[in-house]
Amino acid sequence: MAMVYQKSKMLTDAPLHYCPGCTHGIIHKLVAESLEELEAGGRAVGVAPVGCSVMAYDYFACDMVEAPHGRAPAIATGLKRALPEGVIFTYQGDGDLAAIGTAETVHAATRGENITVIFVNNAIYGMTGGQMAPTTLPGQVTQTTPYGRDVTTAGFPVRVCEMLATLSGVAYAERVSVDTVPNIRKAKAAIKKAFETQIAKKGFSIVEVLSTCPTNWGLTPAEALEWLRQNMMPYYPLGVYQDRTGNERGVF
Amino acid sequence: MKDWNFVFAGFGGQGILFAGKVVAYAGMAGEREVSWLPSYGPEMRGGTANCSVCLSSRPIGSPLVLEPDALVVMNNPSYDKFIDTVVPGGTVVIDRALVDRRTARTDITALYVPATRLAQENGIGKLANLIALGALWKATGFTTAEALDAAIVKVVPPSKPELVELNRRAIRIGAEAAE
Amino acid sequence: MSERVLMKGNEAMAEAAIRAGCRHFFGYPITPQTEVAAYMSKKMPKIGGTYLQAESEIAAINMVLGAASAGVRAMTSSSSPGISLKTEGISYIAGSDLPCLIVNVERGGPGLGGIQPAQSDYWQATRALGHGDFHVLVFAPSNVQEVVDLVFLAYDLAEKYRMPAMLLSDGLLGQMMEPVSFPEPVEKTGKPSWAACGHQDLRPHNVINSLYLKADQLERTVVERFARYAQVEAREQRCQQYLCDDADYIVVAFGATARVSQSAVDTLRAQGVKAGLLRPVTLWPFPKEAIRSHIPHAKGFLSVEMSMGQMVDDVRLTVEGKVPVGFFGRTGGVIPRPSEVVEAVMKMAGGDR
Repeated sequence: MAMVYQKSKMLTDAPLHYCPGCTHGIIHKLVAESLEELEAGGRAVGVAPVGCSVMAYDYFACDMVEAPHGRAPAIATGLKRALPEGVIFTYQGDGDLAAIGTAETVHAATRGENITVIFVNNAIYGMTGGQMAPTTLPGQVTQTTPYGRDVTTAGFPVRVCEMLATLSGVAYAERVSVDTVPNIRKAKAAIKKAFETQIAKKGFSIVEVLSTCPTNWGLTPAEALEWLRQNMMPYYPLGVYQDRTGNERGVF
Repeated sequence: MKDWNFVFAGFGGQGILFAGKVVAYAGMAGEREVSWLPSYGPEMRGGTANCSVCLSSRPIGSPLVLEPDALVVMNNPSYDKFIDTVVPGGTVVIDRALVDRRTARTDITALYVPATRLAQENGIGKLANLIALGALWKATGFTTAEALDAAIVKVVPPSKPELVELNRRAIRIGAEAAE
Repeated sequence: MSERVLMKGNEAMAEAAIRAGCRHFFGYPITPQTEVAAYMSKKMPKIGGTYLQAESEIAAINMVLGAASAGVRAMTSSSSPGISLKTEGISYIAGSDLPCLIVNVERGGPGLGGIQPAQSDYWQATRALGHGDFHVLVFAPSNVQEVVDLVFLAYDLAEKYRMPAMLLSDGLLGQMMEPVSFPEPVEKTGKPSWAACGHQDLRPHNVINSLYLKADQLERTVVERFARYAQVEAREQRCQQYLCDDADYIVVAFGATARVSQSAVDTLRAQGVKAGLLRPVTLWPFPKEAIRSHIPHAKGFLSVEMSMGQMVDDVRLTVEGKVPVGFFGRTGGVIPRPSEVVEAVMKMAGGDR
């Protein structure tokens, strides 16, 4: 029988623990396929965060390091300095990257650290049961914003790609979504380009992936995708926010 | 040779720490155990600076000299702080150009050497520290002439060989002033 | 061994680390350890190594975690308040069974404290470098040559037992200059089998991790680690003894305080008091065996520290009430005088000479 589809060999056979309808699985697949297509899996080292993807180290078939909450970019920095020819990536959620790990994120970016950050933004702390995240939208109800996020007391959501795009060390920053098949294809292209940016030693690359959390949003998977389109996309517009990959030496 | 505990004190920029280093290198050249401990912190910037230097035939215990056998002071606050700490029978070199005090102690040897003025008169304005050191060496003989000279050669960075002769001159001026 | 040169403790430590094969240093400025970072920033670029000034102590220790994961000799240095920030990372490093070198050039605390020498991080170093059941090898040099020698030993033992090592120095040792010679440089080539350095499609993936969600699995991992700690305690206790064999009163002191105490012991002996000095070189494992060996003839032990009394707990736990254990200390950056130590021993001795 002809093989029409095969799971990427950059994913292990461990069963994923993610909730039904969660988009982490899609994003894992895109990262794995990109590494495989670039023949980079053998020299890749991934850094798993604290959050829903805490056990990503069991799912990616490359060497993996588990990080303390928010510190993945610092660990990736240490790995990259020790393994300059390695392909080093972090896989982080919004609380990890844009709250507790903001300093590590911003400084890895401004150093032009030659790593790739996969940033999964679902506007909520998923693993701990649905609390307000730095990316929770104004008015959004979570366990810790039961009356909706009140910007007068909780402040405003962080737009990560827009913020990082101002830094000279960022070679490539794009926001994508995995809500439809066409958008999944675009997300794949962005992730692959981010890895290519690193392999060409052009500087810091980040792909922000708008993602859903049906469980903690209290929606069905299909409703969650619609909610993402209706609420997240207007606040977090898709697109390329920085691209210095055309420069011979990238950001340097 | 006998064991020596030194304190060098003055203000930042006088080369106080450097003078202490020369003594430490001289001790090394003389095959003795040595330690050099600076004061550190914000007070170093324009304030007082001092260092403790120990030369010994045995491993050195506390490197912090509280009761020096030999003291060099190059400003009034240092004089006030350290003059009473010198052990009976000890030696103190006082830069007369900058210190206006005179000690009433009769149990120590006090040399009043106008080190800063001598440095200026001889066109080696930055080497008052080594003039004071030359006087201290002459008065105490804490090391041999050979070891002291070896130290002077050692502390000068290879990029500034011309300083070796200037340092030697400063030591000579100080030694003559102590006579 | 190289020719003897006069060097500051902090600079000698940095040079020793380089000669021990460290090519990855991650730091953040703080007094009084600044010379370590400054030396590294000068040397590392010339030998193809990494000097990286991190955005925080927290980031620096996690960069060490990353580099150590890749299987290289990595290092960070700081002083007391900065070490508090690093403790999160140290716990993860210990939980991930990674070797590395962490330097604490201690200053007075708590809080911002001061910048003068102190030993008030003893409890932190031996008991509280982060959450969870774990130990860190802790070395306490008391002269510049020993700083150098212990950097080499710290890396060797950290790798042998796969655990982080801490060098506990202080502002006095860091700032003072003494003659020092260096062992021959170590060339580190190849990567350990456990390293996350890219499997090159030749082996299953390596995972560096401290997370075990199943309680029995976490317990098993920790118990196995403690079996290794037991080996360390059995084999790696180190101390230096000075005039202890016939001593009635034994001063226990480490680092800079041991030097002050050695001067005091000499004075006491000259006065006819049979005093000795037992200087722990490893604070964890604590040199219990050596201390116990003197219980039969000692009339008392006196722990001398630059703190309000921290190591004295370990002396008491070791002596188990069999003979009196006293304490003398100065804190906040004040260095005890030998005469104060003499007085404390005399007080302990009472009329008994």
